[in-house]
Formats: sequence, structure tokens, C-alpha cells
Amino acid sequence: MSVTDIQLQENTAHDDHHDDHHEQSFIEKYIFSTDHKTIAKQFLITGIFWAIIGGAFSVIFRLQLGFPDMTLEWLKPILGKWIDEGGKLDQEFYLALVTMHGTIMVFFVLTAGLSGTFSNFLIPLQIGARDMASGFMNMLSYWFFFLSSVIMFISLFLETGPAAGGWTIYPPLSALPQAIQGSAGGMTLWLVSMVFFIASTLLGGINYITTVINMRTEGMSFSRLPLTIWAFFITAVIGLLSFPVLFSAALLLVFDRSLGTSFYLSEIFIGGEALPNIGGSPILYQHLFWFLGHPEVYIVLLPALGITSEIISTNSRKPIFGYRAMIGSMLAIAFLSFIVWAHHMFVSGLNPFLGSIFMFLTLIIAVPSAVKAFNYITTLWKGNIVFTPAMLFSIGLVSFFISGGVTGIFLGNSALDINLHDTYFVVAHFHLVMGSASFFGLLAGVYHWFPKMFGRMMDEKLGYIHFWVTFVGVYLVFFPLHYIGIAGFPRRYYAFTNFDAFSAFTDLNTFVSVAAILTFGAQFIFIFNFFYSMFRGRKAPANPWRSNTLEWTTPRNPGHGNWPGAIPKVYRWPYDYSKPGAEEDFIPQHIPLSQTPESNLEEENELAKTEEVRESKNVEDSH
Amino acid sequence: MMEAQMNAPIGKVRAMNPKIFGLWLFIISITMIFISLSSAYIVKQAEGNWRIFEFPDLFKVTSLIIVLSSVSMHWSYIAAKRNNLLQIRLGLVVTAILGAAFMIGQFVAWNELVSIDVNFSGGNPAESFVYVFTGLHVAHLIGGVIFLAVMLKASFSYKVHSKSLTKIEMCTTYWHFLGGLWLYLYLFLVLNN
Ligand code: HEM
Ligand SMILES: [Cu+2]
Repeated sequence: MSVTDIQLQENTAHDDHHDDHHEQSFIEKYIFSTDHKTIAKQFLITGIFWAIIGGAFSVIFRLQLGFPDMTLEWLKPILGKWIDEGGKLDQEFYLALVTMHGTIMVFFVLTAGLSGTFSNFLIPLQIGARDMASGFMNMLSYWFFFLSSVIMFISLFLETGPAAGGWTIYPPLSALPQAIQGSAGGMTLWLVSMVFFIASTLLGGINYITTVINMRTEGMSFSRLPLTIWAFFITAVIGLLSFPVLFSAALLLVFDRSLGTSFYLSEIFIGGEALPNIGGSPILYQHLFWFLGHPEVYIVLLPALGITSEIISTNSRKPIFGYRAMIGSMLAIAFLSFIVWAHHMFVSGLNPFLGSIFMFLTLIIAVPSAVKAFNYITTLWKGNIVFTPAMLFSIGLVSFFISGGVTGIFLGNSALDINLHDTYFVVAHFHLVMGSASFFGLLAGVYHWFPKMFGRMMDEKLGYIHFWVTFVGVYLVFFPLHYIGIAGFPRRYYAFTNFDAFSAFTDLNTFVSVAAILTFGAQFIFIFNFFYSMFRGRKAPANPWRSNTLEWTTPRNPGHGNWPGAIPKVYRWPYDYSKPGAEEDFIPQHIPLSQTPESNLEEENELAKTEEVRESKNVEDSH
Repeated sequence: MMEAQMNAPIGKVRAMNPKIFGLWLFIISITMIFISLSSAYIVKQAEGNWRIFEFPDLFKVTSLIIVLSSVSMHWSYIAAKRNNLLQIRLGLVVTAILGAAFMIGQFVAWNELVSIDVNFSGGNPAESFVYVFTGLHVAHLIGGVIFLAVMLKASFSYKVHSKSLTKIEMCTTYWHFLGGLWLYLYLFLVLNN
């Protein structure tokens, strides 16, 4: 065969596709969209949906804990047979609620809802790209998440209830369908759902990493990337390395559950009957799980920290303090997060010598964490602070990060942990440092980028009310849990009424429950504000927060391709706020040095001479 | 000043083909699955209660087959660079056949394992692990064969040539990875036994 008939069609880069404007159908535009902005909104809305469910579950089990004698008959229309004749919550269903609350919050809200929303939305907009590296894979990532959500949702309605072995699904409990109802069908669906979730996270992560590395606009070097992008990038790398390990752990569990292997099972008697499984070890599961599990807590936290860096710098009207130290500490945290997992296993029979090694490594994490906390505070110090709702939520995050991080140092001590492990002290620790901090990062991000997402402003007054109630509420809920934990309350117990030693804390538990219900209620202020402002909010100006990053150079409602004309070129880092000599207190990244001689440093004046300025007429001047 | 350094002009950002880059990231995540399973194997073995048995010699044959398939894959890739359409197709077909032969070989090897009472389920984890390793590898190999079929179809519509190498380069990379992965797994199992 001759070679001349080969049709030589150059595969040109897809970069300029935005030019052929063909009308998109409704489905293409809003449902099976490959536009990163739409996909981001899909993640956000799904995340909000799950947050309501996850929050409602916590209210139900807090009712049980705070008012152990109360009749829950009135919940019968929703919970059906899970409320027994006496109007009491079913004991196994209590465990299912706790498990689902954890799973939903950690994975669906704070991983998919947070990374999925903001990595998708901000990466292309802030690095100056038309879209993600692969729009199709990105769409697939959302739909895998959607499928995973549907499966998990269905599991809530099973006869035997959803999974009930805790969000960490430790075997042997989770491996033996005959152990509790929650280990039957619900557990199977949990595992299936998680497989799709892992696929979704990996597809998303591959896209984020590829996009950040390969698709930055001209001039956008790594040392000019906004810290948001650094955070999303590092998060995606952590996810890429740790989620496959969760897959392995889950796979072996599936085999143990359904195919008769004994990876995690050995010498078990159940119902007076000996199981045939010999030779496995449940501790093996814990190692595999926490190898994901610990990095996962940083997957949840880092994006929130990135968002906070951006918002605090913008609203303090000051460059972020220690830009490089921020990047360095995130890299250090990412690295360390892979070698501390056994601090969750100090009392699992782990060799005490190994325990002290993990204790040492764990305590080192406090150093980069403290660097970050100090940098936020020094950025705020003497800043020209503008208290937008986003700013308040960011400051709230810093507060939670510190007060929750401090208790990590107690827990990281392998001797103290003998006492504290599996008590409410741990619950208090991670709800402050991970749960509330990341949740505040998510809210801050929504308040800050809402104008770019929907072209309208959210209502500020409602934002302030939402902030104060939630901020105070979170402390009222979680601070007392430290005392309850030190008093010895174990987590995941249905009731404490049978223990005389605990009766002194009954009122405190009631107090916590009341605070939790109020805090949950306050979130509806946000939900109202969110949906109302989407349609009725004040129209957003081009650059409402007078910010430096590239997303504010797009039109009010950016179309597919983000910039109607050429992509702006970048000439400076994103934190030129209140630069001495400058007319305004901010100089966006796309303003060439040669246009700002009054504020340039000496070296910058030198650089300005050699700078190649590109005409970019289409960039809306944000001054 | 630090700020000044950051505002230094840089040239155009150099970029790698995003698709190939994405494939490498995908390979990293698969590698993590096998690394985690390997360490699970080591941890479990160190805990004792571990059955030792002989691996079938057939694994040596399948190892040879998969190495050969990597050669034919690469041959096809080089042919694409030289626009030799016939060799591209031949290379892809031979690779796919060798891939299938490898899988049949693994399957026969499993039967041999069963005949010496090494079973996936109902036995010691040492036995199950062998099936997990080989089975997961074969699962990924099926993906590789599908990729080969896609490339073969592309080559028949004249879409594989020296100016359009991305896909075949990805296919080659993935195939070499699968070959390397098997050799690693085999070596790992033999050395740990
Ligand atoms: C100073 C840094 C930190 C240290 C030293 C630390 C230490 C620990 C230790 C030792 C435990 C295990 C306690 C036990 O189960 O007995 C733990 C639990 C936990 N930590 Fe931290 N931590 C730190 C920061 C963080 C951060 C930043 C996050 C999240 C973003 C986080 C999330 C969690 C979670 C979710 C758990 C509980 C998991 C569970 O058992 O369900 N921690 N922490
Ligand atoms: Cu941890």
C-alpha cells in the first residue's frame, strides 16, 4: 500500500474552538456541558443538596443525644419504621445516620462540593485558559459523581438501611453482612458508590493537574500563580496518589464480603458459629484506609486554605504575607500527610516504637500549619480590612484552623491518645479543624465568586447574619465536646443514660443539641440568599472586590471560552495590593510594568524596558 | 526584592501535550493501586500465618509473550513515524494477538494454581493475593487491547501517521507500562516467596 494516500490532517490545538459560535441546545448547555463553569456549578448545587441531607442527619442524631427521653413520633412520616413503637429512634439506624453524615460531609460535600466547584471554576479563569485540558473528561467526572450520589441516595431507602459501620467502614463489622443490618445491602451500595466517586475524583484531578501545568497563559509562571491555584494543584496531586489506595482497600473488602476471601478476616465467631476465614487481618484495612484517610483530610482542607489566602489578601488590601512560605508550607503538608497515617491507629495494637515514630512525624505537621496561620494573621495585621461576608468567613476559618489544630497536638501524642482516642475529643478536633474550617472556606468562596458565577451580587446583610450565627454556633456546638471527650464519652454511642458517671453532662449535651439545631437552621438564610440572588441580586460590577486575578477581566457573564478576545497576558504576581506610589490600591496581573512606572521598584523599571507588551483590546479595563 | 523577582518577565509557558501528560497521571494512579497492594502483601506476610507455594512455570512463558508484544507495539509506533501504514497495522494486530495469548496464558496458569489447591477464595490470603495481582493486571490489559482495537480502526481511516502521533504514542506508552507492570509483579511475587 502506498503511503501517499494518507490523509495528512494536522491535529491543530483545540485552543481556538470558541470562535465557531454554534447555538448550544439546553441539554448541551446546562446538563451534559463540557464548559468548566457549568460543571463547577453542577458540583456546587449537588454539594449543597448533600450538605442539607448530611446536616439534617446530624440534627436527628443530636436530638437523640441531647434529648434521650424525647419521643420522635413526629419523625415517623419521614423515617418510617426507623422510629419504633415507643417513638424511639432505632439503635442501628442511629449508627447508619452517623455513618452517612460522615460519608456525605467528608466525600460528597467537602471533597466533591469544594474541590469540584472551585478547582473547576477557578483554574481556567485564574490561569488564563479557555477551558480545562479535557472538557469531556471533566464532564465525565461530574457524571460519575452524580451516579455515585444516586447510588448512595438509593441506599438510604433500603429495607436494611444504609451503611452503618462508620465513615471509615472498618472490617470485620463492615465485612460481615450478618453482623448488623447496616453491613448488608447498604454497605454494598456504599462500596459501589465509592468506586464511582474515586473514578470521578481521579478524572477531575488528572484534569486539574494537566491544566495547571500545561495551559497557563503567557507570563503566568508558577511564581505568579494565585495561591488558590497552588492549593487546588497540590490537592489534586494528593488525591491522585491517595484515592487509588482507597480503591485497593475497598476492592479487598468487596472480595471479603462477596467472594469468600480472607484479607481482613480471621477466626471470627458470630452468633455462636465459627466462620471459615483464617489468616486475614483487620489492621491491614486500617493501614490502607488511613493511607488515604489522612491525606483526605488535607484534600478537604487545602482548597479552603487556598481560597482563604486569596480572599484575605484581597480584602486586607495587602500582599499576602510570605507567598513562598505559603507554597512551601502547603508542599510540606502534602508530603507529610502521607507519612503520618498511623496516628489514627495508636491504640490498634500498633508497635509502640512505631507509634513514637508516627507521633514524631505527626507533630512536625504542626510546623507548616503554624506557618500558614501566622501568615494569615500577619497579612491581616495593619491591613485596610474590608469586611465582606467572604472575608468574615475566611477569618472564621483561620480561627477554627487554629483552635482545632491545637487539639491535634494533644491527639498526636501517642500516650495521651490512649485516653482520647474514639472519644468526643476527637470529634471536637476534626469538626473544628476540618469540618468547620473547610465548610467556612466553601462558604467564603461562594460569597466571593458568586458575582463571577452568576453575574449578580449576594445580599450582604443576610451574609453578615449568616456569618455571625454560624460562627458563634459552631463554637457553641464543638467547644463543649472537648470537655465531654475528656470526661470519657466514647463516640458513636446511641445513648449515655445508662452510665451514672455521665449524668452530670446531660445538660451540656442538651445545650450542644440546641446550638446544633440553631446553627443548622441558620444555613437556610444562606440557601435563600444563594437562590434569590441568582435571579434577583444586584447586577455585579466587573471587579466588585477590586481584585488582581484574571477572572475579573472576563465579561460579567463569561461565555464558553471565557474571554471574547485574546487571553490576557500576565506581567506580575497577583498580590500587588497597596503598592507604594500606585494610584489605586491594586494593580491587576494583566497590567504591564511599563504602564506603572510610578510604583515600580528599581528592578521592575529595568524589566519594564524589555517587556513585550501585547495589545489586548478586549480586556475590560477594570480600573 | 522578592516581589521584583516575581514580576520578572518569562517567555511563553512551555507546554507538553495535555493528553499524553494526562495519560502519565493515569499511569501514576494505577501504579499507586499496585504499590498499595504490594505493601499490603508485605505487611500481611510479615504478620505470619502465610502459605508458601510454587508459581506455575507458565508465568515465565507469559512474561516472554508480554515482552514480545512490547516489541511489536514499538515496531508499530516506529512505522507510524515513518508513515508505513502496512507495518502500523501489522504491528497493532500482532500486539493484540500476543496480548490475547498472554491473557489465555494467565488463565491457564490460574487453572494450574487451582490444581495445586491454591484458590482465590476460601484459603489463605497468600493465595488470594496472587489472583488479585494477576487479575487486576489482566483487567487493565483488557483496556489496553481495546485501545489497540481503537488504534487499528483509526489506522484504517488513515488517522495514524507521522503528523498525528499522539494517540499511538499514548497507546504505546500504556502498553509498555502494562508490560513493565507485569514484570514487576512477577518479580515481586517470586522474590517474596
Ligand atoms: C496540627 C496538626 C494535626 C495533628 C497533630 C492531628 C492529629 C490527629 C490525630 C492524632 C488524630 C487521631 C485521633 C484519634 O482517633 O485518636 C486525628 C484525628 C483526625 N484529624 Fe487531625 N490532626 C491535625 C490536623 C488536622 C487537620 C488539619 C485535619 C483536617 C483538615 C484533621 C482531621 C482529622 C480527622 C477527620 C480526624 C478523625 C478521623 C476519624 O477518626 O474519624 N486533623 N488528628
Ligand atoms: Cu490524620
